[in-house]
Amino acid sequence: MADPSPVRGPVVDADGISKRFGATVALSDARISVAPGESHALVGRNGAGKSTLVSILTGLQQPDTGTLRFNGEPAPAPGDTEAWRSKVACVYQRSTIIPALTVAENLFLDRQSAGALRPISWKQLRRRATELLAEYGVDVDPTARAEELTVEQRQFVEIARALSFGARFIILDEPTAKLDARGIEKLFDKLRELQRQGVAFLFISHHLQEVYELCTTVTVYRDARHIVTAPVADLGQHALVEAMTGESTGGTEPSWSVRGRARTTGDTLLDVVGLGLAGAYQDVTLSARAGEVVGLAGAAASGNVQLGETLAGLHRPQTGAITVAGRPVRTGRVPAALAAGIGFVPEDRHIQGLVPQRSVAENATLTVTGRLGPYGTVLPSRTRVFAQRMITDLDIKTPGPATPVSALSGGNQQKVVIARALATEPHVLVAIRPTNGVDIKSKESLLGTVREVADAGKTALIVSDELDDLRVCDRVVAMFHGRVVAEFTDGWSDEQLVAAMEGMAGPTDPKERNDSHH
Amino acid sequence: MTPTTEVRPHSAPANATPPGRRFDLARYRDLSLVPVLLVLGVIGFAVSPAFLTSDNLLGVGQQATELSLLVLAEALILIAGRMDLSLESTIGVAPVIAVWLVLPDHGARFNGLGLLASWTAIPLCLTVGALIGAINGFLILKLRLNGFIVTLGALTLLRGLQVAISQGQSIVNLPGSFTYLGRTGWLGVPAAIWICALLFAAGGCALAWLRHGRALYAIGGNAEAARAAGIRVDRITWTVLILGSLLAAFAGILYTGHYGSISADQGNGWIFQVFAATVIGGVSLNGGRGTLFGALTGVLTLQLVVNVMTLAGVPPLWNQFLNGAIIIVALIISRFASGEKQE
Repeated sequence: MADPSPVRGPVVDADGISKRFGATVALSDARISVAPGESHALVGRNGAGKSTLVSILTGLQQPDTGTLRFNGEPAPAPGDTEAWRSKVACVYQRSTIIPALTVAENLFLDRQSAGALRPISWKQLRRRATELLAEYGVDVDPTARAEELTVEQRQFVEIARALSFGARFIILDEPTAKLDARGIEKLFDKLRELQRQGVAFLFISHHLQEVYELCTTVTVYRDARHIVTAPVADLGQHALVEAMTGESTGGTEPSWSVRGRARTTGDTLLDVVGLGLAGAYQDVTLSARAGEVVGLAGAAASGNVQLGETLAGLHRPQTGAITVAGRPVRTGRVPAALAAGIGFVPEDRHIQGLVPQRSVAENATLTVTGRLGPYGTVLPSRTRVFAQRMITDLDIKTPGPATPVSALSGGNQQKVVIARALATEPHVLVAIRPTNGVDIKSKESLLGTVREVADAGKTALIVSDELDDLRVCDRVVAMFHGRVVAEFTDGWSDEQLVAAMEGMAGPTDPKERNDSHH
Repeated sequence: MTPTTEVRPHSAPANATPPGRRFDLARYRDLSLVPVLLVLGVIGFAVSPAFLTSDNLLGVGQQATELSLLVLAEALILIAGRMDLSLESTIGVAPVIAVWLVLPDHGARFNGLGLLASWTAIPLCLTVGALIGAINGFLILKLRLNGFIVTLGALTLLRGLQVAISQGQSIVNLPGSFTYLGRTGWLGVPAAIWICALLFAAGGCALAWLRHGRALYAIGGNAEAARAAGIRVDRITWTVLILGSLLAAFAGILYTGHYGSISADQGNGWIFQVFAATVIGGVSLNGGRGTLFGALTGVLTLQLVVNVMTLAGVPPLWNQFLNGAIIIVALIISRFASGEKQE
């Protein structure tokens, strides 16, 4: 129910908030203020300090300096869960719904009955749940099990639960990341409806289009600092993206250069036609020639990572075909992709890339064990020789081929992953976020390696949302919500590319995403 | 990485029919073994006229009590998302320690320490059980050790302790309080069956109607979410581990009383049966799912199969083979009856 009492100042007001984790400054003199019933957006690139702010606003962490007030009153004591819950609630990307329990029970978890020894009256619990859901107009059956709900229905349940604690300020952390266009529409309708009831939102999203659609005020953070707070209407797309990216950081010139290459020669090595994977991307057509590095840009839910993984055989697409060097590739099978000449650098080397306890040599030759000895044997001598060549070629800093790969630095570990991908001498190298979590020096040398692959007459595809990764590309294709929305050749500016990745007007109109689900 | 977007058919389950009236198969998945039990009954009746006599059925019931108490304990622990392998050793070692402390230190085949009065045997046995659970809980929850290995270690350690204390022999001179419960009958039915039924009913009610009972499902289903909802995850898990070992110690008292002695291998190898019964009864090994009623039907199924086979004259040498086969067949049945993958 809307709180009819007169406005008592901002629902939340944080000022001068600083937070350090060891040597890392996560937030430095940051501030934010959200008025009652306001829909406030918080945007910024990775590492801007958004998540730290959320954990401070929800009481999970204490700021080193600064003041935090809710409705003009000082924030509750740390650890007083009840008090924090009545002030602020957060709907995280990861669901806090328990799938096996009913909606009603999820809503009243740990307060199903008045006392610990009081038996739960299921009838009454269902009634209370029905009332609560009706109060906020959530159209969900309280007796349904939570796992039967759609993603947005689960979010509605989480929001209703948050409101039932008395909070009138809700933080939504990337709520649309796992939703399809229809779900996003439903969520936004619900949020607007709640706003009319006086609920304030802090909306965190990577999709700027959504910020313009939903929010009235926007705050931009960059490098742990508050940059600007302004009404959305006063801040154009360009100004917003500029505030997020800041001035182009002048660094050292990389050893490789993209400009001035003849790119129109070369045969087409990779050809993707009409590829579609339900829930990830639709109707993607793409081709890449020998000698070319193609970037596949896109933010978290854009489907670019899934597309890269599909090429490597990790997913089976429902529609479309992949052709490598003129030969069709059987989709959905990693061995087939390897045999067709697709090398793959996975997104997360810790999860999909490396076997940490095993040696550099073993890891680097994982894809080519069939060639290391006759009759299915793997000869240690050949493995060593092969690995030694890789270590020299890619300049991997390791005491020797027998060193466990976990002992290497992040950059060198990543080189081992690339070595593994290149061991099969692929026609096409698909690299997902190849510089994920490595230092600046290794970054350059890794990208240089990818560049060399293309220069040697192969093709490389870099799937990433990091602008630095994409700068090495001859051509960048931007994806948004599962569709290719723009293509850039030489000379794109950071703003243009970020705008396209965030789903705002690029060369192609991204509006069509709204009618892609029927 | 797997595709992050789960695509569900949008036939919204919401408000299709008024709540409560819809026939929901999911609600009855814990009953999936009931038809199996009925079929076993029919087979038993066809195989031997001795099957459907109260003597036979009560005998099966009494034999099932000790195993079912372990199943009750394991079901609670599994629902909360944990495992305890050491229950099968607790059922032996707890009575042995209690008896050792109580029995006089001379004059019999087995000499105890004679430290305490003989009426303290049962409280002592239960205390030992609770202590074992508390130590397991400390290792798992405070030191954050792997629960599977901790309880596997405890299984071996406690079995060894029992052999060392009892010098590898069966103990036959028992305090009277021990033998009473295992041998008495109330209203013509062995007391053990009454107690067991009562404990299952109490446990089932607690899981269905008490906040702390529901908390077990929440913890097993998604511990992070449970913590976010204000549930004291560690404290409740610890309590459940203690309760589980307490039940195992109590099962030890019933077993000892029933057979009139503590054998050196009391409970040895039971943990396989316990897990099998719990899982075919619909309790998930991943936590968060299952009911005590389901677990009970699991035990009864296993026990009835053995009984029917014995009556049918199947050579006892085949028992082990058939037991294993039954477990796998029952697992397949409950997999398809409930429609849920058992991962």
